[in-house]
Amino acid sequence: MSEDIDFGAWTCPLPLQDYPRIVIGHGGGGKLSAELVEHLFLPAFQNAALSALGDASVLSLPPGRVAFTTDSFVVRPLFFPGGSIGDLAVNGTVNDLAMSGAQPLYLSAGFIIEEGLPMATLGGVVERMAAAARNAGVQLVTGDTKVVGKGHGDGLYINTAGIGVIPSGVQLGPNLARPGDCVLVSGTIGDHGMAIMSAREGLEFESVIRSDCAALNTLVEAILEFPEEVHVLRDPTRGGVAATLNEIARQSKVGIVLEEGSIPIEPDVQAACEVLGLDPLHVANEGKLIAIVAANAAASILGRMRQHPLGSRTTVIGQVTEGNPGMLAARTSIGGMRIVPLQIGEQLPRIC
Amino acid sequence: MKYLNEFRDGPKAQGLAREIRRITTRPWAIMEVCGGQTHSIIRNGIDQLLPPEIELIHGPGCPVCVTPLEVIDKALAIAALPNVTFCSFGDMLRVPGSAKDLFHVKSEGGDVRIVYSPLDAVELARKNPQREHVFFGIGFETTAPANAMAVKVAKQQGIRNFSMLASHVLVPPAIEAIMTSPGNRVQAFLAAGHVCSVMGFWQYPPLAEKYCAPIVITGFEPLDILEGIRRAVQQLEAGQASVENAYARVVNYEGNKPAQRVIEEVFEVTDRGWRGIGVIPRSGWRLRDAYRDFDAEARFDVGSIRTKESPLCRAGEVLQGRIKPHECPAFGNECTPRRPLGATMVSSEGACAAYYNYGRFITLESAQPARAT
Repeated sequence: MSEDIDFGAWTCPLPLQDYPRIVIGHGGGGKLSAELVEHLFLPAFQNAALSALGDASVLSLPPGRVAFTTDSFVVRPLFFPGGSIGDLAVNGTVNDLAMSGAQPLYLSAGFIIEEGLPMATLGGVVERMAAAARNAGVQLVTGDTKVVGKGHGDGLYINTAGIGVIPSGVQLGPNLARPGDCVLVSGTIGDHGMAIMSAREGLEFESVIRSDCAALNTLVEAILEFPEEVHVLRDPTRGGVAATLNEIARQSKVGIVLEEGSIPIEPDVQAACEVLGLDPLHVANEGKLIAIVAANAAASILGRMRQHPLGSRTTVIGQVTEGNPGMLAARTSIGGMRIVPLQIGEQLPRIC
Repeated sequence: MKYLNEFRDGPKAQGLAREIRRITTRPWAIMEVCGGQTHSIIRNGIDQLLPPEIELIHGPGCPVCVTPLEVIDKALAIAALPNVTFCSFGDMLRVPGSAKDLFHVKSEGGDVRIVYSPLDAVELARKNPQREHVFFGIGFETTAPANAMAVKVAKQQGIRNFSMLASHVLVPPAIEAIMTSPGNRVQAFLAAGHVCSVMGFWQYPPLAEKYCAPIVITGFEPLDILEGIRRAVQQLEAGQASVENAYARVVNYEGNKPAQRVIEEVFEVTDRGWRGIGVIPRSGWRLRDAYRDFDAEARFDVGSIRTKESPLCRAGEVLQGRIKPHECPAFGNECTPRRPLGATMVSSEGACAAYYNYGRFITLESAQPARAT
């Protein structure tokens, strides 16, 4: 897959050109490791904290509570329509910070590379990470590289951790949804999961389904212009909207009822889900958020979110209820009701 | 989206439901044959729109559910062999055999792959000639043409490292078995639209006549199913028993002739065991002698595997419409989608899983609709 990618402007800097593929020595801590840092990571991520090359980066933080999170990225293929493992590694951690109300500031990056990975692929991923970090306004300030033998990895795994600072007056948490609150989603659901599945399995639909991978911190800033009225922010990644809302219902001890007909979904994504027998509510997103907000401010928050490019299709999709605590239900488009459960594992494509 | 949202229209669905209520004067038991229809009924809450006189009995038309335990155990044995790449449709992976499922075999080192078409398995075999590739060829008449085509292509191209563990089942003999079973309560059938898209519906008029049961060829979207029910009730109320096609945008009388020809060329009718039901005469397809070289059961010597169902599982009665899933004592207790005793709890088309996943054992308090924007 990665061989098909046009890495655009990335050209392998000397002396990395001597090694068109990653070898075990690139993780050995010697000259090859140093060259990788000096010629690939430092130029891409350039910032003062990283350039000091100490065992740890030393940072100053603005006042406020500190948010700290980590996530590992093992996506296959490494590049897919709408993004790459590099975009995900930055945006995923930025979004986790943003959902706590924090302003994301600093990220770490750990690379576990399988021997034999084309240098151009690693270079392309690092470029995308650097671009994503610039776009999100965060700095990659510390990192690590390990190389595992051929057959002991899947090309490339990335772990990122991040820290951010929560401004005073912001109080968000998955346990804070209240009966009467409105459930907003910032746009169409299921795009990322179906983009990955289509790319991974070579499924062809009429047009290419693109991942929605994006950093949501500026959208969160817009939402937090209403700090009192916003109760929960979550990004519905693995397990999709269904898993996220089930968790919120359980932690807040409330019920949530979705209006299935109002949930925005791209026709291509819906078609792909239908073909494979998947429920888009369970499909992953990487550039959407769920906001649970006080009903009296829902219209204002919705209006504000729609002004943001990443929230232009924000929709009210449901309501928090006192009844059925811990449960997510959906009113179907024909007027029936159903429970929307947590999946056991991954959704499995149906036979026919 | 074309041909999707049009058939999920709320007001039209309510209108059809009103019409069904209007014409219903007494209790009727209607079986939807196909698991895809069961899934749609429960997922969309179609049964909630019906008058209490109409009982929907969920039929045996989920291929995952009726594949015998013995066949699953054979699949597990083959998939665990070191030189085998075992290819399957996704929802077979979680179906429990006697001791484990294909996910377990995969975690223990078996090379188990999800494919979307049997021809993908043939292609894998062509690209990797040093390994044996086995496709788990199950399903009703719907999946048979593609499975037959895969075997035919493998033979034509001389791909000797491909074989199929075939366990096909057929709808008309199952309808007969249900109508002749003691204690049968089914009075009309919604026949499986996709099966009929392949086979046509020329096989059904003799069944409707013999058992005095209306058979309505029915699709899978809410409006399709409601229309199928409406036509079945109309016939029942009028004392008629004929075959009607309520899925004319997909199905015609003759069916798909080229598909039928490739099935006929590759498969022959055989007696077949149905999980939870038992052997139904002439209810399945197996590979013809000319294609026996591609039969995985012969190639891998698993013919001697014999197994028994869990004594707690009453999936057989569920599949025959004798009990509802939640009436089984093991439902939600010993048997959940996480630890299924029977396949009906595994497949998303299985009646037990549909009941469990969509909360048919819990009564929801009603909630106010959210504000539309």
